[in-house]
Amino acid sequence: MNVSVKRMLSVIVFAVGIISVIIAFYLNFSGSDSSIRGNLLIAGALLALFGIYFYPTKHHRKIINVLFLFPLVFTFAVTVIIPFIFGIFYSLTDWNGIKFENFVGLSNYIKMFQSSDYVYSFAITFIFTVINMISVNVVAFALALLCTSKIKGKNLYRAAFFLPNLIGGIVLGYVWQFIFNKVFTVIISESQSMLTNPNLAIVAILIVSTWQYAGYIMMIYVTGLQGVPKDIMEASSVDGANGWVTLTKIKMPMIANTFTVCIFLTLVNSFKQFDLNLALTNGAPTRVLGGKAIAATEFLALNIYNTAIAKNEYAMGQTKAVVFFIILAIVSLTQVTISKKREVEL
Amino acid sequence: MKQIKKILPEIIAILIAIIVLAPFFLVVVNSAKASADIVISPISLPSDWGQMFTNMKNVINNQNFSYWDSFFSSVIITIVSLALLIVFSSMAAWVLVRNKTKWSGFIFMLFVSAMVIPFQVVMLPLLSTFREVSSFIGIDMLSSYKGIIFAYLGFGGSMSVFILHGFVKGIPYELEEAAWIDGASPEGTFFRIIFPLLKPVQVTVLILNGIWIWNDYLLPSLMLGLNGRIKTLPVAVSSFVGSYVKQWDLILTAAFLAMIPIVILFLFAQKQIMQGMVDGAIK
Repeated sequence: MNVSVKRMLSVIVFAVGIISVIIAFYLNFSGSDSSIRGNLLIAGALLALFGIYFYPTKHHRKIINVLFLFPLVFTFAVTVIIPFIFGIFYSLTDWNGIKFENFVGLSNYIKMFQSSDYVYSFAITFIFTVINMISVNVVAFALALLCTSKIKGKNLYRAAFFLPNLIGGIVLGYVWQFIFNKVFTVIISESQSMLTNPNLAIVAILIVSTWQYAGYIMMIYVTGLQGVPKDIMEASSVDGANGWVTLTKIKMPMIANTFTVCIFLTLVNSFKQFDLNLALTNGAPTRVLGGKAIAATEFLALNIYNTAIAKNEYAMGQTKAVVFFIILAIVSLTQVTISKKREVEL
Repeated sequence: MKQIKKILPEIIAILIAIIVLAPFFLVVVNSAKASADIVISPISLPSDWGQMFTNMKNVINNQNFSYWDSFFSSVIITIVSLALLIVFSSMAAWVLVRNKTKWSGFIFMLFVSAMVIPFQVVMLPLLSTFREVSSFIGIDMLSSYKGIIFAYLGFGGSMSVFILHGFVKGIPYELEEAAWIDGASPEGTFFRIIFPLLKPVQVTVLILNGIWIWNDYLLPSLMLGLNGRIKTLPVAVSSFVGSYVKQWDLILTAAFLAMIPIVILFLFAQKQIMQGMVDGAIK
């Protein structure tokens, strides 16, 4: 096709696109509720993009660069960046989910730390995160050693241990609720369900999340252990090192990086625990603290959700979410610093 | 003594496997029992496996669960999101690697730092932003496939770009130059040469995002609602449990039905799924 014809055609396509976008916006402002305006807008925007794409120019590569980045950057900006900026702003207002009237400064933050249910939730989330991180990593590392030893059917065991991780926390939460309430109480006759006791209910969540998560972390350890060079292992056995010495003096230091990855991965994921928490206990049972009934197993993610969605306190929920973010950001920055340091040392 | 030492790990492995898989066993046997039998003997084998079909029929046709509708909604959302995510994030990663400017550095930094942002901190403003956008452009962005797929592109994008970015860097630039000299357009070079080369790492991106989107509960429950027109499987299970409290025969059957698709997938693509998830964590 002739270049000038192509140029003209692409200008026309572009113009038609822009005009449809303008008409769509006009329909919007004129208050007409016609259902075509949305489709017109999208069709117009696409036409305009096609016009730009087909326009013959020396800067074609630049146009492609912009067009290739556009879909992801656009969706990312609308779903992550804009809500994130708004979110931080809303935490400083009396936002009710739709609009806000007053700028209240830091008073949401102050009120939040004064409410005992939040402080309690904060405390048990930290305790849960640390214990869960330890239990997942200990179990996962032990399983990884088992799965890299000389047993038969290793791949089958790996798959079996990994399986719980593939099923969503919501479905598993309900299944385990059944197990705690109906199965354990029958096996150990006359016993009360763990989920009715405030302390044991947290232990129950620990058990389930270790069960669900250890198989995944195990696989990361397996990959790390398989990366330990064979000749080093042979040298150590020639030197007469026993199994324990080989493990603690050679294998474990060799996979220090894997430990860092696994520890931080479990820290972040335990801290963000939501699905299991919602389906297994939803905060129940209650515990009386300082004359107030408090949900005994409500971790931070669930606390944020319940504050905003169940109690309809959007600004407060958002404030808690911002603090939630800050803690996670600190944890991630620590991880990056540690990994960087190690790279320098190597 | 030596014999014992050899057999001991095998026995431990079998015992652990039994413990790990026990909950799945309990789901299967109890979804084949009537409500009364579960209460009396939750760990015994069912007396009549035919009961499973009765339970399934009850659950599948239930209005709160509507299994086939939820299953297909989940399939549509997962597959369309994944397809778009793979194409768009490969495109973006390629541009960000090959086009070294201040802007591309900034955008990449933005994607990487956004991986730290938990969903909780954006979910509430996201709902209000989407509501405003819906009324502004006249397209329902909250309870529609378009809206939720759009959201998955936004949330899945940063990690996908990060993983792909590392891989594109390893592809020699000479390949592109050669295509260039042969007169190929930049988009042609990308789709014919670079895109196929990305396949191994695209599998990782596909698996990581696929498992996440398929099992995700919070985003669909907030955007689509618990009793909306469109439901994903986790939302359907939750909505079903909400209306059939303590009817364990039906709840476990629903859980069983919700697990089947992913377990079947795992049986076929076990190696790839495990490898993909581990690779994603290490990067």
